[in-house]
Amino acid sequence: MSHFRKGLWRSALAAAAVAGFVTSAAAQMELKIMAPAAPGGGWDQTARSMQQALTQAGIAKSVQVANVPGAGGSIGIAQLVNNSKGDGNQLMVMGYVMVGALLTNKSPVTLDQTTPIARLTSEYEAIVVPASSPIKSVKELADAIKADPAKVTWAGGSAGGVDHIAAALFAKAAGADPTKINYIPFSGGGEALAAILGGKVTAGISGYGEFESQVKAGKLRLLGLTSPADKATADLPSIKAQGLDLEIANWRAVVAPPGISADQKKALMDAMDKMAKSKEWQEILKAKGWEDSYMSGDAFAKNLADEQGRTKDVLTAVGLVKS
Amino acid sequence: MEAFTSLASGLSVAIQPMNLLFALIGVLLGTAVGVLPGIGPALTVALLLPITFKLDPAGSIIMFAGIYYGGMYGGSTTAILINTPGESASMATALEGNLMAKAGRGGPALATSAIGSFVAGTIATLGLTLLAPYLVEVAVSFGPEDYFALMCVAFVTVSATFGDSPVRGLSSLFIGLLLGLVGIDILSGQSRLSFGIPELYDNIEVTTLAVGLFAVGEALYVASRRHIHEEKLEAVRGSLWMTKEDWKRSWKPWLRGTLYGFPIGALPAGGAEIPTFLSYATEKKLTKYPEDFGKGAIEGVAGPEAANNASAAGTLVPLLTLGLPTSATAAMMLAGFQQYGLNPGPLLFAEQPNLVWGLIASLFIANTMLLVLNLPLVGLWVKLLAIPQPWLYAGILVFATMGTIAANPSPVELIMLAVFGVLGFLMRRFDFPIAPVVVGLILGPIAESQLRRALSISLGDPMVLLQSPISATLLGIAVIALVLPFVLKGMGRFKAVED
Repeated sequence: MSHFRKGLWRSALAAAAVAGFVTSAAAQMELKIMAPAAPGGGWDQTARSMQQALTQAGIAKSVQVANVPGAGGSIGIAQLVNNSKGDGNQLMVMGYVMVGALLTNKSPVTLDQTTPIARLTSEYEAIVVPASSPIKSVKELADAIKADPAKVTWAGGSAGGVDHIAAALFAKAAGADPTKINYIPFSGGGEALAAILGGKVTAGISGYGEFESQVKAGKLRLLGLTSPADKATADLPSIKAQGLDLEIANWRAVVAPPGISADQKKALMDAMDKMAKSKEWQEILKAKGWEDSYMSGDAFAKNLADEQGRTKDVLTAVGLVKS
Repeated sequence: MEAFTSLASGLSVAIQPMNLLFALIGVLLGTAVGVLPGIGPALTVALLLPITFKLDPAGSIIMFAGIYYGGMYGGSTTAILINTPGESASMATALEGNLMAKAGRGGPALATSAIGSFVAGTIATLGLTLLAPYLVEVAVSFGPEDYFALMCVAFVTVSATFGDSPVRGLSSLFIGLLLGLVGIDILSGQSRLSFGIPELYDNIEVTTLAVGLFAVGEALYVASRRHIHEEKLEAVRGSLWMTKEDWKRSWKPWLRGTLYGFPIGALPAGGAEIPTFLSYATEKKLTKYPEDFGKGAIEGVAGPEAANNASAAGTLVPLLTLGLPTSATAAMMLAGFQQYGLNPGPLLFAEQPNLVWGLIASLFIANTMLLVLNLPLVGLWVKLLAIPQPWLYAGILVFATMGTIAANPSPVELIMLAVFGVLGFLMRRFDFPIAPVVVGLILGPIAESQLRRALSISLGDPMVLLQSPISATLLGIAVIALVLPFVLKGMGRFKAVED
């Protein structure tokens, strides 16, 4: 087994090295990126896209991606904090979902123990209804929730995840009791999609990417995105522009282990700065439909602390975290 | 007939020499990783994504399809030969397949599995060609209550099938159901029975349980028996190839397995495990040679293998028509599509016909290639069994451990593997069937969460289970399957008295 894997790694590294050599003189940085999830998910795809951009743009000599799946990232972060202390070549992909997962899992390791490096991408949440639904607008959905929150069924991803939090915030903004929402978690947005298309639930909530092709095919009606009001377009209306105070993004970022030196931190931040501006990274963002929400250093650290506070409030309100 | 014209043009894409080469690489890689427990097709596709980025979309997607089918096939090879299912879908195959291998009939077992996979894969791919747009309508209308009813059917048929005594079979099933409760409850987000161990939050890994119970348990059992009587394994007894009778006993299970695998695989939450076990249960019921089950019945290999492969084609229905990945590998393929800016979904067939039909055509080619590659290899594989037992089982232990570590790099996972190994040993020692444990672990959590979803949507009204026509029909079947044997038995007694 290990032969085969090593072989694969070798060819991957060789391909990467060749690519790096062609574009520019290869930098000396040898990075390791941990995706604290199984292959295939958003964090894994982010890590592998970074690998591609960093090597092709010649920012790093080699990039290794390792998957450490489990418990919404709780296992990965524990490894990062306990085993990689002071390692200036290690990064871990994380995102908004991890903030909630660490709280609901009562993880002994917290994000405060890591070294925040940079926020990379964001995806807004979309609220959709089946095309045959009588609900036509955000306001009508808000009215229905206000009348009886239990009768409006939501389909979305795992309990305590960004979909769940956004549904609770929607109910709160609509003036209903967020603890009473009837949120039905599915394992992943895909399975939820089937329930929404089949008209089993009132509304669906997930990243817009999950719904995009169905919305374009006219099988789902997009009520709005959780984007800022000034980002709204005719095709992608924002919920906030429709008068409901709800803004949330499912962002993804990278953090480094604790105990790295100021120089090491700066080197990692520089690498991320260069990557974010590179043509290769911008092309990936476009292909994957990820919003560029780059933010690094102290600004990101502050943002991370804010998000932790807000998430804790919501999760406590819906009863997933006992205060 | 439009579908056939499109398929023909797809075939012309797929048989370009470069694309044939990609299909070959995919099939070889897939078989290699399928043989090893732990490294599934999903991880392979993930590792290859950055490399295939440079290829043209058709080539790389054809290669992924090859990996997918190859992985399915490789998983059953180890299941048959060394009782180590590489993935949960080949567990049903291990049951009779390994017994056949031990009886010197490993050759026919591998052959019926290869040919059955080919037959099922071909029919299911045809089904994908012709029925995908209609099937997806049905699949989407399948609600949580319907899934729950389907699980009930699976529970009833499966638990009645295993072991000689229902009490032992049910005890095993309940161990599995108990293990299925461990981890974060998907509906409430709270952890249950995980004692603060983060590795347990994500539920017990099915492959860890299966490899522990089957492979490690078996190795321990063989070691414990060795000083009592040395079991002499004969690698080949009789023909290496399928005899005329083998063919006669295989073709109907192949077709029935396909009928289970394709539609259930096409359901967004269907999976490959349920059809393989349903097929196993059916073949055991319908066989003309019931005395062979438990000693290595070819029907018990032919059916589940066909179901396994057909469900793989079924998985592509929601992936291509809805953009809905229903397995880890399908999720990786979706990522592959997106890399080229393609969004699978209702518009894909219209916007990218060449690519879709090229992919479907390459599934035919991957299937043919697997058959051509693997039939000559049967003789080679079977030689594995000639390895002296202590070496063979030592090797199995090494593979099992490495595979587990590769999938989940954590000491807790290894401890679980060891504990399940001891459990498997004890269950063998005291004659409890092993498969129901794994069935319980797989089906229990699905049944629970679907029932709770159904009740949550109906605001707590249990009548929802009877109001849906699909659910009502399936529950009816479950009740009949449960009661009928007793009724027949009673009638038989009645008749006997009358005579």
